[in-house]
Amino acid sequence: MNRTPEADFRQALLNPELSAPAGLWAWNGSDPTTRFDVYRNNVIVSLIEALESTFSVVQRLVGEQFFRAMAREYLREHMPNHPVLARFGDSFPGFIAEFEPASSLPYLADTARLEWARVQAYHAMDAGPLSAETLQVALSEPERLPQLRISLHPSAHLLRSQYAAVSLWAAHQDLIPLSQVDPWQPEQALILRPQLEVEVIPLDRATAAFTACLIDGLTLGAAVDETLNTHSDFDLNAALALLLQRQALHVLSY
Amino acid sequence: MKTQPNLVPTRLATPAGETAAHHNLKAPSRFNTLPVSAGIGLKPEHYQALLDQLPEIGFLEVHAENYMVAGGPYHHYLSRLHEHYALSIHGVGLSIGGDAPLDEHHLSRLVTLLDRHPPERFSEHLAWSSHSGEFFNDLLPLPYTEERLKIVCEHVDQVQTRLKRQILLENPATYVQFAASSIPETEFLSAVVERTGCGLLLDVNNVYVSCINHGLNSRDYISALPCNRVGEIHLAGFSRDTDAAGAPLLIDSHGAPVADAVWNLYAYALELTGPVATLIERDNNIPPLPILVGEALRAQNLLLSRVDAAIEEPML
Ligand SMILES: [Fe+2]
Repeated sequence: MNRTPEADFRQALLNPELSAPAGLWAWNGSDPTTRFDVYRNNVIVSLIEALESTFSVVQRLVGEQFFRAMAREYLREHMPNHPVLARFGDSFPGFIAEFEPASSLPYLADTARLEWARVQAYHAMDAGPLSAETLQVALSEPERLPQLRISLHPSAHLLRSQYAAVSLWAAHQDLIPLSQVDPWQPEQALILRPQLEVEVIPLDRATAAFTACLIDGLTLGAAVDETLNTHSDFDLNAALALLLQRQALHVLSY
Repeated sequence: MKTQPNLVPTRLATPAGETAAHHNLKAPSRFNTLPVSAGIGLKPEHYQALLDQLPEIGFLEVHAENYMVAGGPYHHYLSRLHEHYALSIHGVGLSIGGDAPLDEHHLSRLVTLLDRHPPERFSEHLAWSSHSGEFFNDLLPLPYTEERLKIVCEHVDQVQTRLKRQILLENPATYVQFAASSIPETEFLSAVVERTGCGLLLDVNNVYVSCINHGLNSRDYISALPCNRVGEIHLAGFSRDTDAAGAPLLIDSHGAPVADAVWNLYAYALELTGPVATLIERDNNIPPLPILVGEALRAQNLLLSRVDAAIEEPML
């Protein structure tokens, strides 16, 4: 009588080909497997639906049937490890990237990364933006400028894709016509929630590279050097103006 | 100060109400802090409509786990709505019914949430949902044994100690029974209430669903519970299926209006519990706000008729 049913349940819940765990019965003597299927269905369907609500554009790109089959495969190895479903699915984009049947849609994983970033930005810590005055004061001290560190808003996530993940996402929000999207065009975007709405802000490659340096915690001097190394056309003033105006900057430190 | 819509009949607060010695009326008020009125589940699609319209409902209920996030619109709207309505926080992830120790991290998240939005009530389920680090996102059944009863009581004690408050424990909707069970569910729940001092969240739909599913009489089920310890009632809709023998198998879907049979059972339950905070629970196929408010109003009317009846009954 030391054996508890939880372990048996787990096996049977996640493997629809198994019959109900031993030790279950129904008052009318009917096969408990049909009844146990209610739990099986609740678990699998509710978790697939949680993924569908986070990754709705991915779902529309592959269709409901394909998505459900892919999500079911994912669940075999990646059941949530805590009850906060807003944080369930962090490894789904990586799973999609490796998922053989989806390999003909190489932009799918980055589209999933964008959707994941949007949900994380939505629930991120609230914070006020950096004021233009504060930035102005810092920029007026050229000797200290290379040591300046600019941190991004807590909701900020950067997406750098070899594909047009941003446009694909936008087309599924009816922001642009899908026919105009060239999936093979590399795109970058900053995902941000300055107030209550999540914004997807397209960035050019140089600004995205610079933003990545800021996210990595580099000083302004190091960030500019690094960005200029790969993007000789980088315009620091324009980049800072854009990030400031979109309220992507958070605090300054030295 | 909260500016809750004043749906509680003023008579309840008058000396006449105070002296009504009917035990069903008096007992719940000792530990029930939700207003004796009808409430609805709070859904993000209704945030703005609720703030704009401030409909006359008594309280809002949220699932704790949905609000275990750092910031953003969920907290923003919950804070603003809590200025207008009493709040019930309903946990679905503690796994109180499981044999494994409670997840300390999850308890901490809960403490943080209850500090941020101090609710008028916290409730959880007689069920389990996590095992060996995996979360199943469903309320799974447990065997009703002496051994498990001891564990569940320890869990409830632990939660009440951590949250520094009495909690309500909800009766489950179940589809299977365990051969190992030696205690009827009602007796199991009564024992937990007795030993831990927790209250009951009586889900009338769950009673109806479980009793159909297990060939039991739902009125007998309710009258076997310590009804004076009911701090909240849930009403919800179910869907219909059949088991392997063709017998009806009802599924607690939270995706349909409350069924007539459940309304009838609710009226019966109110006779035993007295007027008590009642939630219209809807998590799927969520209708426009006025539909939910309409269902809450129907519950409210039944509640008020019990208030009248309780006051009119002669003093014992
Ligand atoms: Fe319920």
